[in-house]
Amino acid sequence: MQPVSTIHYLVLSAALLLIGTVGVLTRRNIVIILMSIELILNAVNINLIAFSHALHQVTGQVFAIFVITDAVAEAAVGLGILIALFRNRETLQADEIDLLKW
Amino acid sequence: MPVNAYPGATDLLRFLPETLLILAGTLIMVLDPLVKRRSSPLFGHLTLLTLIAGIAVAIAGASNPGPAFGGMLMVDGFATFFRVLVMGVGILIVLPSYPFLARQDGETGAFHALLLFSISGQCLMASASDLIIIFIGLEISSISSYVLAGFFRDDKRSNEAALKYFLLGSFATAFFLYGVALIYGATGTINLDAVRRSIGPLRADPPVMIVAAAALMFVGLGFKVSASPFQMWAPDVYQGAPTPVSAFLSAGPKAAGFAIFLRIFLTAFGPIGAHWEPLVWGASLLSMTVGNFAALTQTNFKRMLAYSSIAHAGYVLVALAARSQVGAAAAMFYLVAYACMNIGAFAVVSHLSGRGEKYTDIEDFKGLAQKQPLTAAMLTIFLLSLIGVPLTGGFFGKFYIFRAALESHLVWLTVLGLLNSAVAAYYYLRILVMMYMHEPGPAAEAVEPLSPAMGAALILPALGTLVLGIFPGWVLDFAGKSSELMR
Repeated sequence: MQPVSTIHYLVLSAALLLIGTVGVLTRRNIVIILMSIELILNAVNINLIAFSHALHQVTGQVFAIFVITDAVAEAAVGLGILIALFRNRETLQADEIDLLKW
Repeated sequence: MPVNAYPGATDLLRFLPETLLILAGTLIMVLDPLVKRRSSPLFGHLTLLTLIAGIAVAIAGASNPGPAFGGMLMVDGFATFFRVLVMGVGILIVLPSYPFLARQDGETGAFHALLLFSISGQCLMASASDLIIIFIGLEISSISSYVLAGFFRDDKRSNEAALKYFLLGSFATAFFLYGVALIYGATGTINLDAVRRSIGPLRADPPVMIVAAAALMFVGLGFKVSASPFQMWAPDVYQGAPTPVSAFLSAGPKAAGFAIFLRIFLTAFGPIGAHWEPLVWGASLLSMTVGNFAALTQTNFKRMLAYSSIAHAGYVLVALAARSQVGAAAAMFYLVAYACMNIGAFAVVSHLSGRGEKYTDIEDFKGLAQKQPLTAAMLTIFLLSLIGVPLTGGFFGKFYIFRAALESHLVWLTVLGLLNSAVAAYYYLRILVMMYMHEPGPAAEAVEPLSPAMGAALILPALGTLVLGIFPGWVLDFAGKSSELMR
């Protein structure tokens, strides 16, 4: 069995990017779209940390911490917007949010 | 490279404009609960003062250019140009927001704090020379803008605009970040200069990872500047968001987005320009065509301006496709002219819209010239400039961009771009017909008198548009010098 190398991490990360992108484009529930965006951000983190490890640098890890912090801020604002919308519309389906032409 | 852990006085001085904006924003948040009135003009005054001070500090700082915080920031002419531009945009947004927020009974404290935070992010984008700072600036700017778009919590259209902006905006950021991660892996650095040095020798045959990274970052930034084919959020967001916010979104984040677009693609990715030029070429043609043809059939004025904004993003991308310093200077000039004329047009809608933003349709402009000749005259200047009629900023903006494109032998793009601007004349002229050749409708009858703030909000951008059209050299010289500093 071969050891885990950078290329394995890259494949994992690319797979997550793909799953996340397909999720954003095909899912109708907005919470699941949000989760798919988080998947892409975590794909980025895996990449950054794998490179950081391979390059023997700390930059990538610091960057990953910033990405995690940003993901939290984004999720907080996103859920706030979602709650404001749900109060007025009582729906979380992306295709029912069609007051403005999509 | 060892970096001194403690920032020196020079570092802090070069970071002063952003510091000022953030401090003032925080101060407003602290003061907000202490002020009883929901729509107090106090916060607007504070924001205006901060922005003027910020512009003064940014201009004063330009006499001592250089890096700050170990190369994280680069305060050069380019940074100063865009810092002044985004803070100027802020001033032009605060002015119409006085009567607008008073009429809609909006919370001025929250509005102005968010506006200041968003502008601080855009200043950071303008001066960043490291991908991590670019990312942080982009997110400070974007997250505040998402909230601003949904500012009226009880308005369904505002909710919807915020949600669409948020979902597509964070999706775009994620793509951008994936590109950044690939760049880090391929070059081992996230400093733009170092990236350029490491890509330089690979100019002829760059690795797949770098080309993929450039493409992903192009997608991410394309979303942010609402270039086609990533434009679908723009019409909905501009229509649903409160009008001053739409004005802000169409000028501030867009200018800052183009600032990092130019900085990243002309410096870091400069050596592999031949590989990304077709992408920019295609996106620019598509943006101009989609924007202009979709705008022809719109009935809502804000939505029409959104499509026109997509088309204008296409014109700026023509300048980027030219891949030259002349092109960069033309893009910078165009963004200033565009900020003036577009914010002005949105300010007129904000003035006319009435309580609850009832009147934002093109039909509602009927007979405005009879009721308020001054407002109609101002809107005429903005629309003529958006068409690109001589003696306005829009004319010289387009002229410099297409000249730069011709110098770089982009003949086809220039021809198609010029044809596009001819199409655009139709939908702008339609508004003029509505204003001057019809009897006043209910919106024009109900229009409130011009308050001093609203008057300033119309006259300042109109003056800007005319000055840019009559003395274009003033801004163009500055833009030319600033783009020289950008290596």
